[in-house]
Amino acid sequence: MLKVEEQQPVEFSSALKEKFDEIISRYPKGKQKSALLPMLHEVQAELGWLSPNAMDKVAAYLDIQSIEVYEVASFYSMYFLKPQGKYMLEVCRTGPCCLVGAEKLMNHIEQNLGVKEGEVTSDGLFSWRGVECLAACGYGPVLQIGPEYTFYENLNEQKVDELIQDLRKK
Amino acid sequence: MARKLLLEHINVPGINKFDVYRQKGGYRAVEKALKTLTPDEVVEEVKKSGLRGRGGAGFPTGMKWSFLAKPEGVARYLVCNADESEPGTFKDRYLMTHIPHALIEGMIVSSFALGANTSYIYVRGEMMPQIRILEKAIAEAKNAGFLGKNILGTGYDLELYVQPGGGAYICGEETALLESLEGKRGNPRIKPPFPAIAGLYGCPTVVNNVESIAATVPIINDGGDEYAKIGIGRSTGTKLISASGNLVRPGVYEIDLGLPVEEFIYSDEYCGGIANGKRLKATVAGGSSVPILPANLTLKLANGEPRLMSYESLSEGGFATGSMMGSGGFIAFDEDQCIVRNTWNFSRFYHHESCGQCSPCREGTGWMEKVLHRIEYGHGKMSDIDLLVDVSKKIEGNTICPLGDAAAWPVASAIRHFRDEFEWHVKEPIKCLDTNYGLANYAEPIAKAEVTTGN
Repeated sequence: MLKVEEQQPVEFSSALKEKFDEIISRYPKGKQKSALLPMLHEVQAELGWLSPNAMDKVAAYLDIQSIEVYEVASFYSMYFLKPQGKYMLEVCRTGPCCLVGAEKLMNHIEQNLGVKEGEVTSDGLFSWRGVECLAACGYGPVLQIGPEYTFYENLNEQKVDELIQDLRKK
Repeated sequence: MARKLLLEHINVPGINKFDVYRQKGGYRAVEKALKTLTPDEVVEEVKKSGLRGRGGAGFPTGMKWSFLAKPEGVARYLVCNADESEPGTFKDRYLMTHIPHALIEGMIVSSFALGANTSYIYVRGEMMPQIRILEKAIAEAKNAGFLGKNILGTGYDLELYVQPGGGAYICGEETALLESLEGKRGNPRIKPPFPAIAGLYGCPTVVNNVESIAATVPIINDGGDEYAKIGIGRSTGTKLISASGNLVRPGVYEIDLGLPVEEFIYSDEYCGGIANGKRLKATVAGGSSVPILPANLTLKLANGEPRLMSYESLSEGGFATGSMMGSGGFIAFDEDQCIVRNTWNFSRFYHHESCGQCSPCREGTGWMEKVLHRIEYGHGKMSDIDLLVDVSKKIEGNTICPLGDAAAWPVASAIRHFRDEFEWHVKEPIKCLDTNYGLANYAEPIAKAEVTTGN
């Protein structure tokens, strides 16, 4: 994953632009703003987060104001407005998962990684946070890891330790 | 064993692929609808079926379709609501993961009925794996001539696209979903105008839940009258129930509407009883937004008759002694769960997910979360309990969209049925930190329900 600093200029690859154009073609002419959410997912998958420069570029590409991108990126919970660890562990913290031990699991992750919710480990590999219901209540506790949102179900402390170990080796 | 309409072939290996799905009789509904029926006749079959919206509101789908405005020369849209985010609900994820062509087939039939030539499936962004599955299924269907131009030589054109959301519960509300699909923040719109008149891009639009759309497939295959024979009263057909919490076998079950709740919880065909041999304390029958019910009122109505899994029976008794079918997210709490903690958790959820447009919801959800937090952590006052009721009453009915109601009901119902547990937290500020109130403190402990085995 490419590391992009706060002020670093952003250039979109031709592959990404091709993807943008395919997305824009899904909507009627003049309604290209509909492509905003899917495009932001693509940008975040490539850069790891949405830097202001990246969002400005997206605005220019869609011929809309930058503020229209900022307000969307800050409204939805999946978009990162600051850099995260390479692997962002998002643990469901809503009712049904808590009935089967999600809170204990989050405490365990905090201990294992040695960072608080929302912080990044010193090697830049991991961050974690509690997120609201992921619609997998029957398989809880669950966590997901972007950008493909790979899903891990029926977790316990041991399974999470193994997962973190596997990701470290990657 | 009840008849399965949606999940009949769920265990067939490779059913997520077009060829296998087709071999098992898939896409017959498309052939039947496009070749032998007019769009109005399809709408008529859905009306006859009595199908009610499976997303939570329970509004008759056929009637919703018949409201769609059809001005000359204006595009019409069908948008599938796959922004499944209601805590306790995960049936749509299950359906899209394992049998995606059921949704694609339903989308084609429904789009044809509404005269839509472009349709979108709005999937919550976190379900990226399901988005990939649907995109693949759409490509397969297109390849086989079931999507695109001149489908099956009938002259009907349909393009189908998958749209990812950005992570916001509010986008499950249909007008917020349309805003989001237009690339904006998910702020619900003031109604009227309803989407049937001015929806996506200001054009007439129908928004339906994944399960409602998939249900049109058996309705067209077997006829609306056949579908209406299943179920009880105005709750026709089958329903996917997502069962979670402290159950032996949580998961997604397709039930005939009208199944007794007791059988659903305790029979081996369904959830298999409460996990770890414990007793049932309470349930939330239709996703976190609906009122919580203590075990005795879950299993039986106030008059002692058994409660059934149907729209009418679950809401029997109003909010005093009933709940709601909602989206079918069935959450079971065992005797060791803390109602105050769970209510606080749900309040935090609604506070987090409030879009912030209406002050009663924006401020009220945060206020309730804060008060519940202090009760749960031993800093509450007796007056806080009535304060919560008061705040919830002032949110309810005073917001643009139903998120306000959805935030108010769980709090109001938890206090209505478990007030003694809230009071205990205030009276025992130290004890409540490491022990739970449990069942033992009830004047009349809820008896262990009798286990009934499946039919």
